[in-house]
Amino acid sequence: MLKTVIAGALMAAGLAAAGEPVLVTGAGATFPFPLYSRWFADYDKVRPDVRFNYQSIGSGGGIQQITAGTVDFGASDAPLTDEQLGRIPDVVHVPTVLGAVVLTYNAPMPSLRLTPEIVAGIYLGRIARWDDAAIAAANPGVALPAEDIAVVHRSDGSGTTNIFTNYLSKVSPEWKEKVGFATSVRWPTGLGGKGNEGVTGLVKQTPGAIGYVELAYAKQNGLPMAALRNHDGRFVAPTIASTSEAAAGVEMPADYRVSITDARGPGAYPIASFTYLLVHRDARDPVRGEAMIRFLWWAIHQGQAAAAPLDYAPLPRAVVERVERTLRALTVQGRPVSLAPAR
Amino acid sequence: MAASLARLPTAAPSPRRSRRAGDRLWSVGLVAAGGAILLVAGLVILVLGRAAAPAFHALGVGRFLAGQDWDPVSGAFGALPFIYGTLVTSAVAILVALPVAVGLSLFLAEMGPPRLRPPVAFAIETLASIPSVIYGLWGLFVLVPWVRTTVEPLLGRLLGWLPLFTGPRIGLGYLSAGLILAVMILPTIAAVTQEVLRSIPPALKEGALALGATRWEMIRIAVLPTARAGILGATLLGLGRALGETMAVTMVIGNAPEIHASLFAAGYSLPAVIANEFAEATSPLHLSALAALALVLLGVTLVLNSAARVLVLLTSRRLGEAS
Repeated sequence: MLKTVIAGALMAAGLAAAGEPVLVTGAGATFPFPLYSRWFADYDKVRPDVRFNYQSIGSGGGIQQITAGTVDFGASDAPLTDEQLGRIPDVVHVPTVLGAVVLTYNAPMPSLRLTPEIVAGIYLGRIARWDDAAIAAANPGVALPAEDIAVVHRSDGSGTTNIFTNYLSKVSPEWKEKVGFATSVRWPTGLGGKGNEGVTGLVKQTPGAIGYVELAYAKQNGLPMAALRNHDGRFVAPTIASTSEAAAGVEMPADYRVSITDARGPGAYPIASFTYLLVHRDARDPVRGEAMIRFLWWAIHQGQAAAAPLDYAPLPRAVVERVERTLRALTVQGRPVSLAPAR
Repeated sequence: MAASLARLPTAAPSPRRSRRAGDRLWSVGLVAAGGAILLVAGLVILVLGRAAAPAFHALGVGRFLAGQDWDPVSGAFGALPFIYGTLVTSAVAILVALPVAVGLSLFLAEMGPPRLRPPVAFAIETLASIPSVIYGLWGLFVLVPWVRTTVEPLLGRLLGWLPLFTGPRIGLGYLSAGLILAVMILPTIAAVTQEVLRSIPPALKEGALALGATRWEMIRIAVLPTARAGILGATLLGLGRALGETMAVTMVIGNAPEIHASLFAAGYSLPAVIANEFAEATSPLHLSALAALALVLLGVTLVLNSAARVLVLLTSRRLGEAS
């Protein structure tokens, strides 16, 4: 390992003008930004000659920037659509970590279990009260308040909304037909809060409210979270482990463009998603291109240890092995980069 | 200015000619400064127009402006709920802020003890300098619960027969957004109104008092009519801020692209939807529709500004005829 690092450092030092750091620029998703900035700081100890400049302007902005060719890498919470990929066919998705979306609520229940039908019913406006028969059936022995449900969603376009509506589209044909999924949708009911903090604010101060936020945000703020019935029919609480497990039970296409909501697996939490870095299959700039590939290699191995403490779910072993093959296939001006075998 | 220019090698040696050259340079500079404003405004419109063109082309200008549907998934975009929300919240803000601002200014300029003026003036300036995101947070955590538990039940009981004050009381909505805008534009209106009141010639007021007017009558017959055009101008400044306010509004308006007669209902505003959806908008039509909304916002501001200018002009002309 050390040898590779030294060799890599020497090579980069030889390529770059002496003492001149390599500056790799990227832009995109805000959701993984805390982890990425941690990675950039940690990687600075491994390769002090490589600097990263990452602008967390949102997934949409990241896709635009890499399409326009103004950045070395983009970042997106959702895989590119066929239309987007058609404009930049040489871009490769590299999954980095996983995130989950949880349902938080403001009602005096110590715990709450929800089925896909209930979640879709609430967000379609069909289930309007907490003491609805469907909720009672899923929560035997829990005293449900005789209160109206106040539905809260994100008002700003976000990857979180994309994942959540993608889940609803999978579990509810009615949702799929009426609303669909995207970073912003036309909500059948409810109020919009800006960002995770806006949704949380509304949920906290509106009695009977329910809203969806990122797992990391909910954990850090100690919010109550509902357990969801997954594809295998088991109620699963949102945790780092159950999020990672959602990625393990999915048949992965070669380009990783897969939705892992409503995934199979007894312990899989159903509203989970990869977040991706977008890089060119063949880098144009030899120095920055190689630095980026080596960083990605580091990120899917050593970098994964930093994920859980920041409440992101690390990639399962099987996915890491696949990403290794993907990274080995990346080239810099037509030449592959020699990467150390996994430990 | 002329003296320093005279030392420039390009300037002619004679002091008279150098002054003329300096004057010319000065006027060129002024024209450039004035032209720059027009150029920037023109470029803004040009760039927005180009970005918005695909949306107008695909949806039709009329259908875009009058459409009530905003569905990024199916590509249906209508601006009406946002135009409506922007106008309603700004109207509420002006209706609430204007009387308070005028009363406050009269108190400070005419009635109140002079010793009270500095602290009150300082408080107004502080209000003006609070960042809008702070207003938004305060609105979400203090104003909205208060509106839900106190203001809306009270209005519903007293004026519930009006369609304006009906429906479920959730706190978030046009009313809260209008109220927070009122607080935000109050300092602007009050500061300008005070200056206007101070600039009224004392002879007018003394004349009214000499004719036996009470203080209130003096304000009514001498102060307010003279200051009307100025107060309108102050309101215009406040309106400009209300129309464009983004952060504070989006945090309390509820962000639902719908049109409701009731002020209790949740709505949306033009700047709020642009700020909310721009960063994550990925389809070209969605982006273009957001640019078109920006153009609409510019248009709304322009129309209201022009209307207010005409109003100021009419008011001052009538005043001129009267005197």
